[in-house]
Amino acid sequence: MTGDAPALTVERVYREHRATMLAALVRALGDFELAEDALQEASALALRRWPDTQVPDDPVAWLLTVARNRAIDRLRRARMARTKQHEQAAEEAARGTVTMIDYGEERLISIGDDRLSLIFTCCHPALSSEARVALTLQAVVGLTAGQIARTFLVGESTLAGRLVRAKRKIRDAGITFQVPADHLLPERLSGVLAVVYLIFTQGYTAAPESDEHRRLREEAIRLGKLIASLMPDEPEALGLVALMLLHDSRGASRYTTAGELVLLEDQDRSRWDRDEIAEGIRLLDTALRYEAPGPYQLQAAIAAVHAQAATPERTDWARIAGLYVELHSAAPSPVVALNHAVAVAMAEGPAAGLELIDEIDGLRRYHLLHAARADLLRRLDRREEAAEAYRRAHELATNPADRRFLAGRLLALDEGR
Amino acid sequence: MRYMLLLYGCDDRPQPGDPGFEEALARVNAFAEECHRRGTYVAGDPLRRSSTATTVRVEDGKTLITDGPFAETHEQLGGYYILDCRNLDEALELAALCPMAQRGPVEVRPLDEIPGAWRGPADIQRAAVAEG
Repeated sequence: MTGDAPALTVERVYREHRATMLAALVRALGDFELAEDALQEASALALRRWPDTQVPDDPVAWLLTVARNRAIDRLRRARMARTKQHEQAAEEAARGTVTMIDYGEERLISIGDDRLSLIFTCCHPALSSEARVALTLQAVVGLTAGQIARTFLVGESTLAGRLVRAKRKIRDAGITFQVPADHLLPERLSGVLAVVYLIFTQGYTAAPESDEHRRLREEAIRLGKLIASLMPDEPEALGLVALMLLHDSRGASRYTTAGELVLLEDQDRSRWDRDEIAEGIRLLDTALRYEAPGPYQLQAAIAAVHAQAATPERTDWARIAGLYVELHSAAPSPVVALNHAVAVAMAEGPAAGLELIDEIDGLRRYHLLHAARADLLRRLDRREEAAEAYRRAHELATNPADRRFLAGRLLALDEGR
Repeated sequence: MRYMLLLYGCDDRPQPGDPGFEEALARVNAFAEECHRRGTYVAGDPLRRSSTATTVRVEDGKTLITDGPFAETHEQLGGYYILDCRNLDEALELAALCPMAQRGPVEVRPLDEIPGAWRGPADIQRAAVAEG
């Protein structure tokens, strides 16, 4: 069916269909680790065998069949070992095992939308947030434990342990491999989207950014698109993809070559990715037609206003301030209130913004609150207070690029510029 | 799969005659009936206050008896349910419906089944029903 060498075919099939095959196997076997091991064994066998024989017409079906047979063998061996120890009890357990795997070939090879079940299983709320992210990246996206550990700055053995515990909990606690029931769906979908957005922001906030971080953003966008295509009537899924595309369009202009932070107003807008902006706005428009704007659609709408402004001066701040009001009623948070205050300052002047900032409760230790206050105080020519606020922001910031930026602002203020 | 719902922080419950007792009892009964209606109810009991607990330890063949519960935590175990659910989702949904969840955390744990372990009469009956 293909002209490429057998080894390349194995690699290509594995890359393109890994999540689908894994999903089919997890559903049939009810066990993540068993499914992964079986798929790996089948791929290894294909690598050895296909050069001598021919690449089968349907390599996905071949891999699935071999993987399933391997898994059945393994279960049978385990059952026999148990039988020797405990004949009667083991026979009972084995009966359960047989019903579990006795789905027949058609069902195993009917590989439709199992990927959605896989995603929902990986993002189950009974797993820790870290485990959800890691499991989604491994099982759905296909990153290795080592790659995940490096991007999330945790030890590889810590991460591997986390993955094993999560997979065993899925098996042992009775987390079933399925898209949740309708009445649970809204809450569970928002949990899934949160995992995707966490993956994206992990790839977005790192400074200086590496190829791995860019890759993480690409994978988050790809994953978001997959969910949106599998759940076409969920505008928030589309809204999340739009939001990620609009943020990603600015990826290249957020830092100088030396790794220094560049503010939105100072970014070179000619470097923004026009294709991503166009795609993001198109998806957002589709989502908004459902007339059910949620937090992702509203954030995407805000990002779209920025993306559409030819120069910073032409930004429609009044519209942004209005969108933040909507966002605050959909998903209230002090960070949203802060962003609203900044938009109001841009639309109506620094005094109006400062008044709103000083009403915000619960962000005393958030460096961006103090940075925003400092900026407004500077524009009101209240230099002493501005300097104090910059110092406070600098104390609280942890990202080195943020710290250098704030130190620079403080210096500029002291020099009376 | 059978799950145990461990109800914490509710051992200080209204007693018969206390204000609010009748209402609390009605809520708890409604929950147990809902579990029964869904075919999940296996067992459930309140525990007496943690101050009535006695802890037994056997070390080097010696029995040590101490007053009080094993875990000196802020929220004590106050009761339990055993529910036979389709999956964890159903168990979590019922745990959230349980009136005791308004008063304290509910831990949901699957019961384990060990092949060859002796099973009590209730379990033997359950297995017989399951096998038809």
